[in-house]
Amino acid sequence: MKPFEYVRADDATQAVAMVAERPNARFLGGGTNLVDHMKLGLVEPELLVDVTALPFNRVEPLPDGGVRIGAAVRNSDLAANPLVRQNYPVLAAALLSGASGQLRNLATTGGNLVQRTRCPYFQTLYTPCNKREPGSGCSAITGHNREHAILGASQACVATHPSDMAVALTALGATVRVLGPAGERVVPIGELNRLPGDEPHQDTTLNHGELITAVDLPALPLAKRSAYYKVRDRASYAFAQVSAAIAVDIHSGVVRDVRVALGGVAHKPWRAHRAEALLRGAPATEDVFRAAADAELAEAKPLSDNGFKVPMVRNTLVSVLRRLAREH
Amino acid sequence: MSIGIPVERMDGRAKVTGTAPYAYEHQVADPLYLHLIQSTIARGQVTAIDVAAAEALPGVAAVLTHHTAPRLAPDAPAEFRALQSGEIVHHGQVIAGVVAESPHIARHAAGLVRVTYDARPHDVRLRADHPDLYTPDMVAIGAPADSATGDTHAALASAPFRIDQTYTTSAMFHSPIEPHATTAIWADDLTVYEASQGVHDFTALLAQALGFPADRIRVIAPHVGGAFGSKGLARPHAVLAALASRMTGGRAVKVALTRRQMFALTNHRPATVQRVQLGADADGRLTALVHDAILSTARYEEYVEWVATSSRNMYATPNRRTTHRAVRLDVQMPAPMRAPGEAQGHFATESAMDELATAIGMDPIELRIRNEPSADADTGLPWSSRNLVECLRLGAQRFGWAGRGRRREGDWLIGTGVAAATLPTWFKLISVAYGPSHAAVEHVGNGRYLVSTGASDAGTGARTALSQIAADALSVPLSDVDLELGDNALPRAMLAAGSMGTMVWGSAIVAAAGEFRRLHGTDPRPGARAEGAMTGNPHTERVTIDSFHAVFAEAAVHAETGEIRVPRLLGVFDIGRVVNPRTARSQLIGGMTMGLSMALHESAAVDQHVGAVVNNDFAGYHIATHADVADIDAVWLDKPDPYANEMGIRPAGENGVIGVAAAVANAVNHATGVRIRDLPITPDKLVVSRFAR
Repeated sequence: MKPFEYVRADDATQAVAMVAERPNARFLGGGTNLVDHMKLGLVEPELLVDVTALPFNRVEPLPDGGVRIGAAVRNSDLAANPLVRQNYPVLAAALLSGASGQLRNLATTGGNLVQRTRCPYFQTLYTPCNKREPGSGCSAITGHNREHAILGASQACVATHPSDMAVALTALGATVRVLGPAGERVVPIGELNRLPGDEPHQDTTLNHGELITAVDLPALPLAKRSAYYKVRDRASYAFAQVSAAIAVDIHSGVVRDVRVALGGVAHKPWRAHRAEALLRGAPATEDVFRAAADAELAEAKPLSDNGFKVPMVRNTLVSVLRRLAREH
Repeated sequence: MSIGIPVERMDGRAKVTGTAPYAYEHQVADPLYLHLIQSTIARGQVTAIDVAAAEALPGVAAVLTHHTAPRLAPDAPAEFRALQSGEIVHHGQVIAGVVAESPHIARHAAGLVRVTYDARPHDVRLRADHPDLYTPDMVAIGAPADSATGDTHAALASAPFRIDQTYTTSAMFHSPIEPHATTAIWADDLTVYEASQGVHDFTALLAQALGFPADRIRVIAPHVGGAFGSKGLARPHAVLAALASRMTGGRAVKVALTRRQMFALTNHRPATVQRVQLGADADGRLTALVHDAILSTARYEEYVEWVATSSRNMYATPNRRTTHRAVRLDVQMPAPMRAPGEAQGHFATESAMDELATAIGMDPIELRIRNEPSADADTGLPWSSRNLVECLRLGAQRFGWAGRGRRREGDWLIGTGVAAATLPTWFKLISVAYGPSHAAVEHVGNGRYLVSTGASDAGTGARTALSQIAADALSVPLSDVDLELGDNALPRAMLAAGSMGTMVWGSAIVAAAGEFRRLHGTDPRPGARAEGAMTGNPHTERVTIDSFHAVFAEAAVHAETGEIRVPRLLGVFDIGRVVNPRTARSQLIGGMTMGLSMALHESAAVDQHVGAVVNNDFAGYHIATHADVADIDAVWLDKPDPYANEMGIRPAGENGVIGVAAAVANAVNHATGVRIRDLPITPDKLVVSRFAR
């Protein structure tokens, strides 16, 4: 690991200025991903600006009935928050299915959103990877790709986004508040992470020096009936092969409204717009659930090792929708 | 009597409070730190290595390369011949090392070293149709590669029931919680604190490699944080720590492997492809058993594991064939990993037995009982004590096997499975490989005894169990015994291997205690001392001394997602007498957890292009978590084996691993109707099956 400078920021504007003016400076949150990358030699920042002491550590109700989550709120605290547990159970469940207790105690809301793929070729210095080293090629396409994307990937990159929390936020339609050198802006969660295209080294639409300060959850009554289901290779402490965050409002056997997002399948948390469109206004039946899943998967392009994700996504969607429908 | 009492682990408190020193933690003056640099190709030559930037970094004391490292003895074992040439024989091989004033500087400097290679084509993937398969002279325990009795072709052709299936297992990693680590000080003599399963064997190997007299090498390993076979040999990191100390004027040098490095430098359980053919009559009697094993070994050093040898005596059959074929790949050599050979072999044969039971329509326990042999078919000798049928029956009772029906609870399909298993006792290897084990007993005064042996406690509880054996052998209370181990200044003892430690070191202690009483009586003077040894088991010419057990598993499979859980796991063991029920149970359920992990999780993702294992961390290489282990229990019959030793104890460690993968696979099959013949049993393999629509 290369020696680096460390500063603990107590003012957000100053923190942003410090990082913005040095191309090789980074914000440090919980460090659960960045510090690993520094140890592996994937990144060698000259300056770390620790933003965990900034006043972004609260979860507050918003006047419109929504909730504002400070970017420095730890994953454990967010999962335990009463507002979140009551109004957005899908988010609490997603958080608790991620990582381990120790990691959740450190990991922050903002950091969780910008964590990077766990693709083994990205995390290994000597294997070609367009995300780590643009133009070097993708080792996963011809290599080990069991964990990789089936939706929205490109010839340049088939990596997946590893977060559980972000999948729930995507289903909830959260907005991300960002502070940059030019001031504040708001990014819809669906526009924060990117699909890889020809530029897989760009995970997000954030510019260098932009700092996530908060995540706003909209007032969303149907989220009270929501669930997160994560399929993984062991009972705990594993990234999702496939996950689904679903909130649904069913009245008299008809789906009035629904939100569906998928994890483990794409370069970003995948909002299942096609499935939602098919479900909205349709009878809440097994056949409809299956048709909705199939519609979302119509353009799935499995790789050599991950064809199983297609039936796994379909079955997971159907199974969670069925369960939520039963609870109505 | 101390034997039989569930004494708490004597070093437990020191370990959980962090005061038990491990190899990296011993306090030494002014240490330097070594960080290893590994090859990023699997085969070829280092053509250039630029160390200028690393050497220029303040705090760097030395950079070792094949140009600068001292020469080792020409007959040094291949595994230790680090930095003796620029040849690359496996991915992740050590090609350089940096020695610096802090581990951080060493690691930083390591990243500044630039290496260029002349890469040659490599092959790292085992496959059954590999053109270079060959028949080894022997398998690693010294048994013939092949065996044949009767006419298996004719018997299979005429069998009313026949199974012919291929089972595969992938490479696995020992992954002890303590990384491999060394602290070496080579001033005049050489002192090494090492994470080692056997200080005396380690000394001999190190002496051979360094060309330095063994009696001038002190090796100390009071605590070892898990080994599972991976700390049985001296490794490049230990050799290089010694060389680095010599190169830096005798300063202490510490090295600890990173977890990622361990995936390339500490060996692995070899992958296997096994074809099993069974023929049986309508009564379930085996008319033929064929077990053909194909497995990987390294191109630069042969190690061919014994995968099919238990098929030579597990069941009775008039027609039998077992074979081993190996292929040399550009990988680090495989090496024994907890229950070597038996772990993979039993997965194949005990799955096949379950498939046969289904084909015949017979209860799988009954099928095994009908094929219980009256003697060891491999040697013709009687068994010293074989109570497998009792294990199966007792287990069936405790597990609630009778009337087993598959059932559905919500989304989960639930079934049960069983496997039978054996673990051989390698007494015969004492004379050809392990060597004798010695112990000493000394009266230190006031009725207190110091018992010493150069044994190793790799976390098993050997220290505690051996103290209990010593107390009984001396007829004194346990509190009057102090035990020393893990130091080559103590009487020579074999390494911890084959689950034989407690048995063999215990026999040496019993012999020493007997000699002590013969020489010094029951009222000895302070300082009175005697030694004893265990040199082999005379009964092995007349009886076969093996351990046996039965494993029962309940599996739950999610009907939609294919997720697998194992809510219940029970092992019933025929392991002779048990010295310490607490540590023995811990060993057995620990082994069963390893078996569960093998069944559901552990698998090296080998990338043929890269030539390496690419899931080389604990996020990628999965091991069972606490949440995967639910109701797990181990019980035993408590039948002392009079032929095994004075205590009546048999191997009781690795047993737990064996058969678990088959029991789980059989339970998954019972639950779903889907037979998984390729480990591990992961959701992807089940979700694509018909049962999950």
